[in-house]
Amino acid sequence: MDVVIWSRIQFAMTAAYHWLFVPLTLGLALVMAVMETLYVVKKDPFWKKAAQFWIKLFAINFAVGIATGIILEFEFGTNWSNYSWFVGDMFGAPLAIEGILAFFMEATFFAVMFFGWEKVSPKFHLASTWLTGIGATISAYWILVANGWMQNPVGTTFNPDTVRSEMASAAAFWEVVTNPVAVSKFFHSVTSGWVTGAIFVVGVSAWYLLKKRHVEFARKSMLVGAVVGLVGSGAVMLSGDASGIHAAEFQPMKLAAAEGLEDGGEGAAFTIVPGIKVPHMLSLLATHDWNGYVPGINDILRGYTDKEGNVIPSVADKMAMGRTALDALATYREFKDSDPEAAAEARAVLDANVQYMGYGHLEKPEDVVPPVGVVFWAFRLMVGLGMLLALVLLLCLYALWKDKLGQWKWLLWTAIACIPLVYICGQSGWIVAEVGRQPWTIQGLLPVNVAISSLSAGAVKTTFFVFLAVFALFLAIEIRIMIRAIGKGPEVEPENR
Amino acid sequence: MTYEFLQNYWWVLIALLGGLLVALMFVQGANLHLGNKVLSDTQKRMILNSTGRKWELTFTTLVTFGGAFFASFPLFYSTSFGGAYWVWVLLLITFVFQAVAYEFQNKKGNLLGVKGFRIALMVNGILAPFLVGTAVGTFFTGSPFTVDKLAIANPSAPVISTWGSSWHGLEALGQYHAVLLGCTLVFLAAILGALYVLNNIEDKEIEAQMRRCIKLSVGPFLLFFLSWTAILLFRQGFAVDAQGVVSMEPYKYLHNLLEMPAVLVMLLAGIVLVLYSLYLGAFSQSRKGIWFAMPGTVLVVMSVFFLAGFNGTAYYPSCTDLQSSLTIRNSSSSYFTLQVMSWVSLLIPFVVAYIAYAWHAMDRKKITSEEITGEGNKY
Repeated sequence: MDVVIWSRIQFAMTAAYHWLFVPLTLGLALVMAVMETLYVVKKDPFWKKAAQFWIKLFAINFAVGIATGIILEFEFGTNWSNYSWFVGDMFGAPLAIEGILAFFMEATFFAVMFFGWEKVSPKFHLASTWLTGIGATISAYWILVANGWMQNPVGTTFNPDTVRSEMASAAAFWEVVTNPVAVSKFFHSVTSGWVTGAIFVVGVSAWYLLKKRHVEFARKSMLVGAVVGLVGSGAVMLSGDASGIHAAEFQPMKLAAAEGLEDGGEGAAFTIVPGIKVPHMLSLLATHDWNGYVPGINDILRGYTDKEGNVIPSVADKMAMGRTALDALATYREFKDSDPEAAAEARAVLDANVQYMGYGHLEKPEDVVPPVGVVFWAFRLMVGLGMLLALVLLLCLYALWKDKLGQWKWLLWTAIACIPLVYICGQSGWIVAEVGRQPWTIQGLLPVNVAISSLSAGAVKTTFFVFLAVFALFLAIEIRIMIRAIGKGPEVEPENR
Repeated sequence: MTYEFLQNYWWVLIALLGGLLVALMFVQGANLHLGNKVLSDTQKRMILNSTGRKWELTFTTLVTFGGAFFASFPLFYSTSFGGAYWVWVLLLITFVFQAVAYEFQNKKGNLLGVKGFRIALMVNGILAPFLVGTAVGTFFTGSPFTVDKLAIANPSAPVISTWGSSWHGLEALGQYHAVLLGCTLVFLAAILGALYVLNNIEDKEIEAQMRRCIKLSVGPFLLFFLSWTAILLFRQGFAVDAQGVVSMEPYKYLHNLLEMPAVLVMLLAGIVLVLYSLYLGAFSQSRKGIWFAMPGTVLVVMSVFFLAGFNGTAYYPSCTDLQSSLTIRNSSSSYFTLQVMSWVSLLIPFVVAYIAYAWHAMDRKKITSEEITGEGNKY
């Protein structure tokens, strides 16, 4: 296998691994902040002990999240050198802002939260707990601004003098920051983190209830968890709907792959699983219009007319225009110092074709089709599990309200089983988002095979296996420590509760 | 604000972040004492918990240093990270182990045991300053790379920045001048760590060990630092003219120093502050040395960055293709991006203020053995 594949495998592994820890950070942060707020408002030490327990688990998880975050940052440079240059002008700014604004907030207030119980006032401590979570959330926003731009590169233009995408005006930054894809991705990712944290809390609480340990603590934690989780689930669905609309608008191939839609049309049907279709449903979801036009994979390959009447060229035509753009770029750079006229001419050709420049790097039209099976099934797994999780949370809330948890042991077992499921759900979501946009690092502008560093496949293969070993080790340790901490339980006095 | 002004401004910020990163490497230096044979386990845990409240600042500064470098001078990021692959990956791995070592080491079921994680922290304590120092050292010796922006239009070899050595960064270990700076930083970090522990922990035996460590480190530190500086001032440098043409100039960095008196003053002031902190740490009863050593370190590192990048100098030179060398003019982000980021940078004082406030609130009480053996969260 070549360096492109190994670079992709390594980055995919790092990103997926990072996403094992981030959603729990986002979700637990909210749960423990709510609990500590209850402590400060009600002055009930029970909530302090409860918050402290979840903070302890949070800290175990937080460390690996930080450790893997820096790997991602470095890998942009080490393994995606061309990408780093090509997008640096746009990507760097959100990353720097993330560092200045978010990481220091997380790092500073995490230390106060973890060590500061006896050192700072309760209100300062509460503020620190919130700020740790807010820092993590702000961080998510800025990295998703960067990711959103890669899915829908707004606000930038290609500059042939520097050979990169640049922000053409300071106002363009606003366009980048408010990119609809980034906004919906942010809400979708963060609120899915809330669901993850909530399911974790509910699942752990269910285990205590089954063991008849810390019963009061477990019931109250489950209540907070289920409420946070249901709010999260609602927000995940709304932002997921927005993501669907955006995919239809900006990445129709991703949508077609997620639906396994070979040939599209108006009033397209939604496939629940192969063989079971809901008429018109896909059009409704993707365009919010009963008869909206949704292009299929073949339509995109052949070219089609979209709902506004724009003629979208075939991929073969786009590739031809892309090659014209690349040739014009070479001509422009050859003559820009010596022959201004020839350079201006080349520049005009380049500008006319630049929007398809990325296609010039492709070998054949079929390269624009992502692995359909993977995206199709990941999408179904994500949606199906997401609905199941929301249902479980709802049942837990109902059982708490009607005091049925004692009888409904199956529900407690289901809640525990949901802990691995919520991770599978989140991973599937990212597979849809990232595998679904292949072959593009930056949609339409830079395919993965041009985004790489000049390294040997062997070098990247070596680091891949090193990281794999490190990740496996850390995951094993994390799970062992986590299970021990859960087994030990919170320090709430059972006789008083 | 002109483009040149913004490029200079961001070079100053990169220098500042670099300076802060090195100054905050007291965490790395202090962790070396986890292998100290004289100190008891409780005393080691006091040190561990002392650096454990600060390591994230160092780590975050590294992340932000990388992010800000990426944002303001992306061609450096794409050239150096993708080229000097093994150096950055190695640095990365030591920091990754550091990040989990605090949380994991004293927990049951951690697979590697206390000892394993302490070794990881000590490896980070040596390799992090060494690799960062050697990498910055190549700012003056040059690295084997070429930059060809048109490559992106070439389907068979599309990568713009290519590295000329199959050692991918490890070849810098053969550049003795760069290695001298790496060694300098190892001993500087050890000194900073000892000064920090002196200030942060209340314990007679630890105090004695720290003062001993400073006394032992002064010699090698000064030897490495002064020989690095002497060679720097006498070596050829990578000059760049107004047209962007790079050429070798004898005594370039000496010239830079003399032509930028403000940098000379900064460098000397920084050196004086560090020397004074060494005196306080080794030969007096004072525990305040760290408050002089850190600003001194920041000033010295900043002046080193200024010597590398200002006054018509290529800060990341190529020794195989001179004209591929990176300057703050040819490697920066666009005018508008630098402008936007400059507005964001106005938040930095605010960030520094809340860090200082939180730090002050947490450090009012020195760490004692009672705290480490008592209840409450700790590593």
